[in-house]
Amino acid sequence: MMGIIGDLLKGMGVTGRQLIATVFGDGMITTEYPKEFREKPDRFHGRHVLNRYEDGMEKCIGCELCAGACPARCIYVRGKENPADAPVSPGERFGFVYEINMLRCIFCALCVEACPTEAITMTHLFEMSTTNREDAIYTKTELLINEDGSANHMFPDDRLANLPELLKADGWMRATAPQGRVEYEGIPGWTPSAGVGLRPPEVGQSGDAVAAPDSTVPTDATSLGLHSDEEQ
Amino acid sequence: MDWWDFLLVVVRVVGVFALLMVVTVLLVWIERKLVADMQNRLGPMRAGPHGVLQTVADGLKLFFKEQITPAKSEFLIYMLAPALSVITAFLMFLVVPFARPFDITLGGEVRSFTFQAMDLNISVLYVLAISSIAVYAVVLAGWSSGSKYPLLGGVRATAQAISYEAAMGLSLVALIMFIAVQNRGGDVMSMAAIVDFQAETYAATDGFLSFLNPIITRVPKWFILPQVIPFVIFAIAGVAETNRAPFDLVEAEQELVAGFHTEYSGMRFAMFFLAEYINMFTMSALMVTLFFGGWGGPFLDTIALSGGPWLAAVVSFGYFMAKVFVFLFLFIWIRASFPRLRYDQLMDLGWKRLIPGALLWLVASSLALAIRQFGLPWT
Repeated sequence: MMGIIGDLLKGMGVTGRQLIATVFGDGMITTEYPKEFREKPDRFHGRHVLNRYEDGMEKCIGCELCAGACPARCIYVRGKENPADAPVSPGERFGFVYEINMLRCIFCALCVEACPTEAITMTHLFEMSTTNREDAIYTKTELLINEDGSANHMFPDDRLANLPELLKADGWMRATAPQGRVEYEGIPGWTPSAGVGLRPPEVGQSGDAVAAPDSTVPTDATSLGLHSDEEQ
Repeated sequence: MDWWDFLLVVVRVVGVFALLMVVTVLLVWIERKLVADMQNRLGPMRAGPHGVLQTVADGLKLFFKEQITPAKSEFLIYMLAPALSVITAFLMFLVVPFARPFDITLGGEVRSFTFQAMDLNISVLYVLAISSIAVYAVVLAGWSSGSKYPLLGGVRATAQAISYEAAMGLSLVALIMFIAVQNRGGDVMSMAAIVDFQAETYAATDGFLSFLNPIITRVPKWFILPQVIPFVIFAIAGVAETNRAPFDLVEAEQELVAGFHTEYSGMRFAMFFLAEYINMFTMSALMVTLFFGGWGGPFLDTIALSGGPWLAAVVSFGYFMAKVFVFLFLFIWIRASFPRLRYDQLMDLGWKRLIPGALLWLVASSLALAIRQFGLPWT
């Protein structure tokens, strides 16, 4: 009998402690969502963006590797020869049509891994509800970031259109050199995406002196910590 | 009985009605907030500051909802059951005094203004009777819905009511016996008399404990001190009687969809909801009145002399609500903490623990009272 009463008191103790922690301490877990936005994890997989180089050229070369890698078959790409007088991308071809069906997308980021030019990356925006199916198909109009580095949204005036979230780069990390430059060979680093630039590396990654997140991509090897690597 | 008396009755009844409505609105909100806090959640936040008006918003929504009637229902009973449940809930609170009465001169006559809709000399019996009728609302609602889960809920309500009302009644028998012996021929079951009786303080002792007299003479004779076991039984049976967790088998969501009110929607459902929270408040108020001195508290007489009887009434109402809130908090805390009892555990607790416990206490208590009054049989 006393055992039962002890157990009951123990159970009430658990809820009582949580009550005190929530009211007087930092026990509150939920936030009042649309009023208050939570900081998402670095590697959050949100809506995609198509990136540009600093000079405004599109990174996408229309190779369709993302469409091939997509397990949900939600990406449709059609490439086209770059016009010689006004090239859209540095390569031979560019992504003429680029569509992602967000109703099918499973946000696995395999397209991001497949992309040879880091044209497609993921951001932190996840509020993508629409009132009809057609609005769920994102085209280049929404996906491609602007030349000034700002991102596009289908309904920019919407209460939930959290545009800064579109500029937060995903945490996908490449083991190979960013932008395919020789001096980055073998140096892991954050992919520059959505006009954000490089991030500082995480614990365990080599190259501890990378430029700040908001600066442009560094060009010399010193700022990437190449020398400190050599010292080791 | 002149017009003034009639007016006073109307004022009291309307006052009790208003009190219960306001308390229900706040209580639903308080419960949702407290349970949310115990689960690290925010709870309602949108309607009004911190969601105070959430209950009002929910009520308004239910008011405009369609009243769906199942084709196989017994329509008359189906329609009357919610009304029965809410009427009995209101009726039960009528005998509970919730503030200090005072004298008022109206029409050239001094009348006593009591904060209690009516003071029956059989209040305790009345409460037990009305709470039994309240179970009929649940049973009839379950049966008349013409659907299997509500029927199961109604049948469960019957069994649960029989097991727990017996324990509740027996626990009160011991209490009433105690009052009858102590009160020496006065009103035994009148709630006002019970509260007045508990307002007395213990007499000073002249034994070796006399150095404690300054404390002892200030301790009121609340019945919780001599009657702990009836209180515990009454409290457990009270939770079971109001069909609240962990005794909410009647509406066990995981098994019976929503139990007896599965088929109810709109205001008919709202009536059951209202009745549940009024019952919860009434049960807490009864515990306070019967065992914790009702509206009684320190300094009431001093306040009445210096600040006027109105102020004393307000302060005593504050004492009453504070005490009631402690029990409401316990109700909510228990609901947030414990899983529902299994059906055999419910029956086991009722028939094998509470009823024998109440009977044993009844025998022991009456023996002690008899010895105290008549002396030991061999002397």
